[in-house]
Amino acid sequence: MSSADLTRFTAAETAAAIASREVSAVEVAQAHLERISSVDGAVHAFLHVDADGALAAAARVDAARAAGTALGPLAGVPLAMKDVIVTQGIPTTAGSRILEGWVPPYDATILTRLKGAGLVLLGKTNMDEFAMGSSTEHSAYGPTFNPWDLGRIPGGSGGGSAAAVAAYEAPLAVGTDTGGSIRQPASVTGTVGVKPTYGGVSRFGLIAFSSSLDQAGPCARTVLDAALLHEAMAGHDPADSTSIDAPVPPVVAAARSGDVAGLRVGVVRELSGEGYEPGVQQRFEEAVALLSDLGAKVVEVSCPHFAYALPAYYLIAPSEASSNLARFDSVRYGLRVDDDGVRSLEEVMSATRAAGFGAEVKRRIILGTYALSSGYYDAYYGQAQKVRTLITRDFAAAFEIADVLVSPASPGVAFPLGAKVDDPLAMYRQDLATIPSNLYGGPAMSLPMGLSEGLPVGLQVMAPTMRDDLLYQVAGALEAALHDRWGGNLLASVPELAA
Amino acid sequence: MPEITREEVAHLARLSRLALEDAELDALAAQLDVILGAVAQISQVTEAADVPPTTHAVPLENVTRPDVVRPSLDRDTVLAAAPAAEDGRFRVPRILDAE
Repeated sequence: MSSADLTRFTAAETAAAIASREVSAVEVAQAHLERISSVDGAVHAFLHVDADGALAAAARVDAARAAGTALGPLAGVPLAMKDVIVTQGIPTTAGSRILEGWVPPYDATILTRLKGAGLVLLGKTNMDEFAMGSSTEHSAYGPTFNPWDLGRIPGGSGGGSAAAVAAYEAPLAVGTDTGGSIRQPASVTGTVGVKPTYGGVSRFGLIAFSSSLDQAGPCARTVLDAALLHEAMAGHDPADSTSIDAPVPPVVAAARSGDVAGLRVGVVRELSGEGYEPGVQQRFEEAVALLSDLGAKVVEVSCPHFAYALPAYYLIAPSEASSNLARFDSVRYGLRVDDDGVRSLEEVMSATRAAGFGAEVKRRIILGTYALSSGYYDAYYGQAQKVRTLITRDFAAAFEIADVLVSPASPGVAFPLGAKVDDPLAMYRQDLATIPSNLYGGPAMSLPMGLSEGLPVGLQVMAPTMRDDLLYQVAGALEAALHDRWGGNLLASVPELAA
Repeated sequence: MPEITREEVAHLARLSRLALEDAELDALAAQLDVILGAVAQISQVTEAADVPPTTHAVPLENVTRPDVVRPSLDRDTVLAAAPAAEDGRFRVPRILDAE
């Protein structure tokens, strides 16, 4: 096995090879660090690479193996983590200048769990500032480039995590999804991305954007790998008061079952047609036909209030953001400017926030402040929360006649860099299909369904709250059939990136 | 529908503690107009009048834990990440008027 080969394995294969002593965890970590050195200049998926920490963590896995300690199913597997998740001793910026150079004093619960499971943290991935965006162009540290075509966006906000996985820089990554920030990047990079049930995965240590919507989840190259990561990070956390105290759904078993016979699959009428590219629509129809061939019962469902999901989201999320981002006050962490001994706290705070936040973050803070203002509160924020109830009821009605719902995950293929960055509304429409699940709280996934114009597009599967296993059951079956059709993983055709 | 003026944006910026330049205020006023024009369609959902609002996807209430003392983050570690610290405290710019 050459070191280049080690980056091509799935996480499941890598863990098995380490457990059977075919390779060491240190060799695996080294291979991925080399891959990052050779391609990340072109992709820019990472904001920070912790080579020493990764090699030390890998050495601990090898030592445990040598001592005869039983290893977990992902022990020794390298991992990339979105830079919105705090990592003790490793810089965390959330893609913002206001946190440049900040080193968190603690680990997020999910990282504590993944370290305990023997995963090896390679570094932190690029993202739209504070997870606000759909292209990673709103990162204060420059964009990430799509490994399929370096002139195009990798999606956002978690473009770095998706690109790292697609470019074979890491077999697994963690993302966060507030309106589609795991699923839309997965869709446009040909990877698998899952937003778990809200409350299914701890948010402790996740820098808050919109607290009632934010959810961390797995990014991977296969459905099984995503399930393994999901299982390793999920479960109740007393440190997160919104965490659900219930057993983790059996996602790994579901991914392996690969059986959809008799399962009712609902095609959401409102998540198609206008706004979706013809190539996306075509791949989607083929994937639905394939599910039918595999024995699923395909039905059409209508969710009339999904049409209002986008406006509801762009009132609720900025409102919560305007409140959450008040913590960046130039006092406790991060940037402080103009502190000349003369200016007041308010002046220093206002100057710091103006200097530290980028244009999209300022736009959303102002929008949220407006929507929460007295006189507008009922018409905007209050009304959006009521519409959220109606969207939840649409899901409940749809799940009476279907076990899961499906749609395209993104309205189109990856667009060229710069194409939408000056048109906020066009950028916001990237999340048309993904937002409803955030408002409802149920789990949703994007998995590759083929190419359109030579670029990957994803199928979205949505399931009822705490039925994350159904996503993996459907996706496992569909992925196996698609891999048969394609002769392997779509990502095998990602262009060679190394110089 | 909404017609946002630069003065209104300046007021919102002040509430948000953002010292924005005039050019930023002008740009934001124009963009907010477009965004609010689009999100205002939410008012068309007349059947929302009779439904309760959803504040949260998970109906959890009053999550508590035993009232026992646990270690917290180390003070010096936390202060080391602050923009300015003095005598074991965060140092802040002037809050009260000089007079």
